[in-house]
Amino acid sequence: MSEGMSKIVKTVACIMAVPIITFGLYVIVHGHLTPGGGFPGGAIIATAVALLLVAFGGEVVLKNLHTASFSLLEGVGLILFITMALQGLSSTFFHNFLANSGGLFGSHVPFGPNLGCLNTGGVIPVMNLAVGLEVSAALSLIVLLMFTGSTEDDGG
Amino acid sequence: MNERVFRVGTLTVFFVFLIAAVFCLHPLGEPAKTRMDDYFIQNGQEETGSNNIVASVMFDYRGLDTLGEASVLFAAASGVSLVFWRVKHNE
Repeated sequence: MSEGMSKIVKTVACIMAVPIITFGLYVIVHGHLTPGGGFPGGAIIATAVALLLVAFGGEVVLKNLHTASFSLLEGVGLILFITMALQGLSSTFFHNFLANSGGLFGSHVPFGPNLGCLNTGGVIPVMNLAVGLEVSAALSLIVLLMFTGSTEDDGG
Repeated sequence: MNERVFRVGTLTVFFVFLIAAVFCLHPLGEPAKTRMDDYFIQNGQEETGSNNIVASVMFDYRGLDTLGEASVLFAAASGVSLVFWRVKHNE
C-alpha cells in the first residue's frame, strides 16, 4: 500500500494534479466574480493532494509534503483573514475598507450586468485568498494525518 | 412487547408532527420579508464592488459567520492532529 499504485496511475495523477490545482486557484481568485470562492477552491486544491496520496502511497508523499508546513499555512490563512477583518475596525468589524477606494481591488463597479474586472471587490478577494489557503491546508492536513495514522496502525 | 408498542407509538407521533410541519411550511420563493434581500440586490454590487452577491454577503455583510466557519475548520484540523498525535505516541 505504501508503494502506491501502477505506473499508469502515477503518470495520470501527475498530469491531472497540475490542472486540478490551477482550477482551484482560478476558483479562489475569481471568487468575487463567479460562483465559487475560498471554500470550494480550497477543497479542490486539497483534492489534488488526496489524488497524489492515493496514487503514490504515503511514504513518497509524506517525504515531500510535510504536515508541519500545512499546519503553518493553515494558521497563516486564518491570521490573514482575521487581520483583514480587524483592518476595517475604524467603522465596524468586517468593514470593507478597500472597496471603491481606487487603489488595490478598489475599482468602482456599476450596478447591473458587467464584464467583471479582477481589480474590484475590496477586501473580498484578499479574504477569499486567505480562506482558500486555510481550507486547502486544513483539508490536506486532515487527509495526510489520517493516512499516516491508518498506515501506522497496519504496520503495528 | 410493551417496549415495541412504545417505540412504534413514538415514531408515529414524530412522523405525524413531521408531516404536519411540512404542510405548514412557507411556500418556496415567496419570502415573508424581503427588505434585506432587496437591499443586497440593489446596493451590494456598488457598495462592495463585487459582482458575486453571494461572496459579498459571505465576506462583507455577514463576515462574522465566515470567521466562525474558518475557525470550525481550524478546530477540526487541530482535533485530528491531536488524535493522531496520541495514536503515534501511545504505542
